Parts: sequence; C-alpha cells; structure tokens
Amino acid sequence: MNEFITGMAGVVAAATPVAVAVIGETFSERSGVINLSANGLIVLTAMVGFATAYTTGVVWLGLLAGFLTGAAAGLLISFSSISLKQSQVAVGFILSMLFRDLAYFLGTPFMVVPGPTVQSLPIPVLKDIPVIGQLFFQQNILVYFCYILITFSYYWIFHTRQGLILRGVGEQPTSAYSRGIDVNRQRYIYTALGAGLIGLAGPMYSLCVKAGWNGTMTGLDGIGWIVLSITIFGGWNPLRGTFGSVLFVFLQWLGLVLQSRWASVPSQVLQVAPFPLMILTLLFVNVGDTEWVTKMLAMLPRSVRGAVYRLIRFLRKPPPASLGVPFERE
Amino acid sequence: MLIELIEIHKFFGSVHANNGITLTIEPGQILGVLGENGAGKSTLMKVLSGLICKDSGKILINHLEQELNSPSDALRLGIGMLHQDPHDFPSMTIREDLQIWDSRTGVKKSASDWQQLIAIQKDLGFHFDLNGTVGELTVGERQQLELVRLLWLGVEVLILDEPTTGISAAQQEVLFAALKKLAGQDKTIIFVSHKLEEVKELCSRAVVLRKGCLIGERQAPFNENDLVELMFGRQITRTRTSQSGTQDICMSVRNLSIEDFRIRIENVNFDLYAGEVIGLAGMEGSGQRQFLQTLAGLKQATGGRIEIDREDINGKNCFEFQKRGIFYVPSARMEEGLVPGMTLEEHYILSDCEKRMFINGKNSRMITETRIERFNIKGRAATNSEELSGGNQQRLLLSLLKDPARLLLLENPTRGLDIESANWIWSILRERCQAATSIIFSSADLDELTFYADRILVFFAGRISEPLPSSGLTEEKLGRMIGGKDWPK
Repeated sequence: MNEFITGMAGVVAAATPVAVAVIGETFSERSGVINLSANGLIVLTAMVGFATAYTTGVVWLGLLAGFLTGAAAGLLISFSSISLKQSQVAVGFILSMLFRDLAYFLGTPFMVVPGPTVQSLPIPVLKDIPVIGQLFFQQNILVYFCYILITFSYYWIFHTRQGLILRGVGEQPTSAYSRGIDVNRQRYIYTALGAGLIGLAGPMYSLCVKAGWNGTMTGLDGIGWIVLSITIFGGWNPLRGTFGSVLFVFLQWLGLVLQSRWASVPSQVLQVAPFPLMILTLLFVNVGDTEWVTKMLAMLPRSVRGAVYRLIRFLRKPPPASLGVPFERE
Repeated sequence: MLIELIEIHKFFGSVHANNGITLTIEPGQILGVLGENGAGKSTLMKVLSGLICKDSGKILINHLEQELNSPSDALRLGIGMLHQDPHDFPSMTIREDLQIWDSRTGVKKSASDWQQLIAIQKDLGFHFDLNGTVGELTVGERQQLELVRLLWLGVEVLILDEPTTGISAAQQEVLFAALKKLAGQDKTIIFVSHKLEEVKELCSRAVVLRKGCLIGERQAPFNENDLVELMFGRQITRTRTSQSGTQDICMSVRNLSIEDFRIRIENVNFDLYAGEVIGLAGMEGSGQRQFLQTLAGLKQATGGRIEIDREDINGKNCFEFQKRGIFYVPSARMEEGLVPGMTLEEHYILSDCEKRMFINGKNSRMITETRIERFNIKGRAATNSEELSGGNQQRLLLSLLKDPARLLLLENPTRGLDIESANWIWSILRERCQAATSIIFSSADLDELTFYADRILVFFAGRISEPLPSSGLTEEKLGRMIGGKDWPK
C-alpha cells in the first residue's frame, strides 16, 4: 500500500509539467491561436533551463529562462500567424522540429553533467495528513505552484470578465471586435503567456522530474504532442486538462510497474501503450457528433435516451469556434 | 446627439461602395435608410459605427469632428450598432455575453447594475433568463438582447442593420414598439432596411441609397411607389401565376417523425402534388430546417415513410434522393451551399457529375456562360463565389440545380434579398413549377408565404398543421397560428 502511495505521489509530481503545458496551450487556443510547436518547445526549454541553471548555479534562473524562451517563441508564432496571417499549422510544425533539433545541437556541451535540481519542500502540518499529505504536500515548490496555476487559470477563464473576453475572442472575434476589443492584442498576449507556460514545462523536467540534460536520450520528445491532444480532449478547460495529464502519467507509471511483473512482454509495448490508451479513454468521454453515434443512441429505449443525450452534451466541448482562423477587420 | 456625415467615400477594391454621402441625423427621430442589396447602406453604417474606416470625408458629432477608427471609438461616443447577424457569443450564457465589452469604451459596470439591465428589459417588453444560453435564443431574441445590452452600456445612437431579417411577425411588433419608445426618449435611431412597409410604419424620415450614392430623401408620410422608384430607378411589379398544382402525387409523407437534440416532430402526413408550392411557416427553429433536411435525405427520420412512386425512400442516403430529382437549397448560402474560393465555372463543373477524368474546358465555359445569362447573375465565369452579393449567390445556387427536378426544398430562399431579387427568384421558381417541379420552402415572411405558396404547413412547438390552402388564409390568421393560437385541439 505504502509503495502504491509513493508511486502515486510520483505520478502527481511527474504530471505537473504536463499540466502546466496543457494550461499554457489552453490559454493560447482559447484566444484562437494553435501553438503546434509545443513538442519542440518543451525539449528546447528543457535544455535552455538546464544550461542556465548549470551555468549560474541558480535553479530559479533556469525556470525563468525557460519561461522567457517560451514567451519569445509565442511572440514569434503570434507575429507569423496574426500579423503575417500565415498558416498556424505549417509554421507550428516547422518550429516544432526546429526547436527540437536546435536543442539537441546547442545542448551538446551540457550533456550528462550533474546540475542543480529543485529540492523537495514538504509543507508543515499539511504534510502530516495521512495519504493526502503524502500524495500532495510532500512535493517540491513547482508542484505547489502548479496547484495555484490550475485554480487561478480555471478561475480566470471561467469567472472573470478578462476570461470572458479571452473566450469571446476565440469564439467570435468579429463580435468581440464590434464591442471594442482589440482582438489581435488579446491574441498576442495569451499566445505569449501560453507559450511561456509551455516553456516552463521544459525546465520543470530538466531541473526536477527528469533532472539533467541527456540530448536525444532525455526522453522528452513526444510529450508536447500529448499535451496538444490533452488540451483538445480536455475541452480547453484547465481542470479537465489536469485530469488528462494525471491520467496520462498514471498510464505511463502503470506501464513501468507492469513491465516488472510481466517480464515476457516486450518493453516497447508497455512504453508505447499509454499513448493509444490515452486516446481511447479520452475518445470515450468525448463521443463525437457522428451519424453512427446518433444511430446507436436511437436504439436506446426512450426513457434512457434523454439522459444519455444530456450526458454527452455535458461531456462534449466544442473547440473555440475561430481556432486557427486569423482575424481580419472588414 | 447630432450626427453629420460629410462627403463620405469608401472603396472596396474597384467598387465605390460609398460615393460622397452627406447626411445629417437629428436626435429623437427614427431615420430610415433604404436601398436595394449592395446599395452601400451597410457600408455607411459600418463606417459610422467604426467597424470599417472611411477613405475620405468627415464625421461630426455635436459639431465636433471625430475620428472613428474602431468600434471602441464609436462606443465611447455612444454609437452602437445592431448587426444583421447578431454580434454575440452563442456558446455563452446571457449573463456572460453581457459582460463582454472593452474598458477603453469607458464603460464601468458592477454587479448592482444588473437591476438597471432588468429595468431596461422590462421597459421595452423583453424577457430574458440571464442564466440561459445565447445560442438557444431565436434570432429575434438575440437581437432584443443586443438592443438591451447597448442601451445598458449607455448608447445614445442606435444603428439597426436589417433587423427584421429572420424574426417572427410578433417579435417585429415588439421591436418596433421598443424603437418608437426609444425615439421618444430622445435616442437617435437609424433603421436600415430594404423593406418599404417597415420604413413606412416606423420612420419619420427616410433617405435612399442607390449604387453608393445618396439619391434622395423623403419625410413621412411616404408614398410607396415614389420610394420604389427612388430605390430601383423604376417601378417594380410582382406577378404570380395561378395555382399551378396538378392532381398527380409527387411525394407522400406518412407518419413521419423527426427527432434531434432540439426538436421532436411526430406523425406528419401529407401528399405533395406535382407542380405544387408548399410553404412552411413558423418561428425560426420550430423544426422547418430539420423537416426540409429529412425530406432531402440529409437527416435520418426516426420513423414513418417518404413515398415516391409508391416506393418508400426513407432511410436511403441523400444521393438516392437526388437520383429521384429531390434537391435541397440551404439558407446559409456561403457556408452550406457554395464553395468559397471557387469560381462560378468551377461550381458548374463540380455540380455536373460527368464521369470523366479531365475537364472539358470548352463545354464547361459554354455551360457557364449560358447559365450566367439565363439566371442573370452579376458576375463572370472567373468570379469567386464569395465575391457575389447575396442575391447573386442565391441565383448561382438555383442555377446549379439539375433541370428537370421533381422537388426543390428551399430554406428561406429570399432571406436578405431586396424586392427585385426576390421577385426574380420567384419568377424562375414558378417557371419550374409549370414544368411539374414541386417546391417546399420555408420563410419568415408571411406575405411571401401567402402570396407564393399554394398550401401552407404551420410549425409550432413540435406540431405541424394540416396543409392549409393559402387562398383562405390571411396574414393575421397565419401570424396567430405561428404564435401558437387558433390551433385545433
């Protein structure tokens, strides 16, 4: 049992960078800009953050460097997609590959050197609560920051007027504009902020969860794509996104545990399994509005059908209506 | 607030949308701005509301020159616009929607101001549940919401761009009463329309735009013929051929039921005769769209039979329906009917399902030219579909339909079109009825329904009436049925 709780505490810690990146992507996409460079950006900022912290010896400078690198990348994306009206998909893909390869290339001098890491910081009193304390309050400061970020971002998006404006800009930019809102300014701000958060996820790996920089062996390649899919399946909601992040890391952990039990199964299977499992789980909660789903629902008895319709409507969240579409005033 | 527009010019590419317009608008009056589609009315209003920038000219507000570079400038001065398609946020709740404004417009509101909003609402005779979702409202209600919102934010000048498009007769009455009341409270109201009756009923003064120029202005009471001549440069008459239905049954619908998230319709029965025109009346969103789509095979009915030549085709896909000559024309022309970015010629090639690998350029050009001429489309073979005006898009859509056809299903075929375009569309449609094509169309325009339809089906809250012969139906009676009154028990 104790072993399980330790494992789960590890899952919580490892899920934080994913959740932070998902929230970053959520901000960006809520405003209407897809940041497809997340994958490369996480690898790049992991390297930049580690290199900065290694050189200066100060951990938080590494984190700051990651955030700033991300924000700079966000401005680049805003400039190309908002000011130059270029395809967000094409530019995002290219940047994703560029950032990743840049990280491997520039990171060579920092390969496999021991560097500073974020220390664990149990919270007095709270840490002594059985199970809960162990799971949530014997972590490091980044995890606590993540708790605040999740709460804050959820509150911001759904319970403030600024958040309403953010959603409005991503939904109906024309309506927002005719109410006097500077649509492109909003998009610039949130894309930069969102990319900054994605950039924070990199050093959260290299200075904490997977401490160190090991070039292509760091094992961060791929996380960014999962972040993008969790953002979508999480319905652009920080709470659901966090749930998705924890689920993903839990599946990864499960793979590791099962591998030690079933030695005969090739290790690759269990390493890769979380990815399709993740997709399947999330598909399940996001039943699409397709003809065959409608047909299947029509076979249900009438008394149940209404409830199922309502459940599906509750679970399904449509994307921001203007996601990926540049705004043009007439 | 006194508004003076002086020598306003606006170009879109080579099109001179506003050509030196000079106009003074006084407070406390309802000014009608009339003109056919594409006359430049909307452009002028968007210039005044800051949505687009004028190329030259001056705007004076209370004798002071103002630069209106964005809607926030206009809103700060107290100028607000109600757009043809409401500029709101369908996915949000009404309370959320109302809270979206920019602080640069100088608006400051706190929670206590909700009382003020509710007071405005009551004053104008509207009812909203603030916790409801915007997208679930009808177009008319969304318009009312926008109106209340603008007044709440302290707007003094209200611009309404074709506000009666897509709203019910009852909603129109409420809207007009509200506008008259507001004019009495010394607000300035600018009412943009191509419908003469509305301007006659509501406005104290009207200006007419044609091809970007201000052609003339009149004071109430207006002479309808005089205004028509100003708008189109000549008189317009509409004609309707006599009842065109025959006794041959084109389609029989038996016990049809339709169901989706929003609406449930059960047990529809009627026979459609060849060459007959059936109109669908009812408030927006009462199921007319679902009904048309079901008859087109685009939506699956949950039960019942759709019989063509004694064969039940319910459950077959839309290609089977098309094979039998049944075609559907959606109301959202650009979104569902045409392909933006494709030229007219490409549209004709696309709709012509010849089984060949390569495009026969000569042939397709010939088809394009003859159709453009026959349907009187103002555009060339190489024009992109989105560059056409609404009326011409509708003509293009109709020209794409196969001839001969058995049944045309038209969703709001003349929505947003001026009298001339609407008349023209109907003359083409009536011609096809002579060739035994049947038509089922939906419309919010009671006049159009009683004038052009042979029989009418009324939709209300999931119920569909028996087919009612339009000859025995007055607009008043139809209006009451749409509102849910006078239904047989």
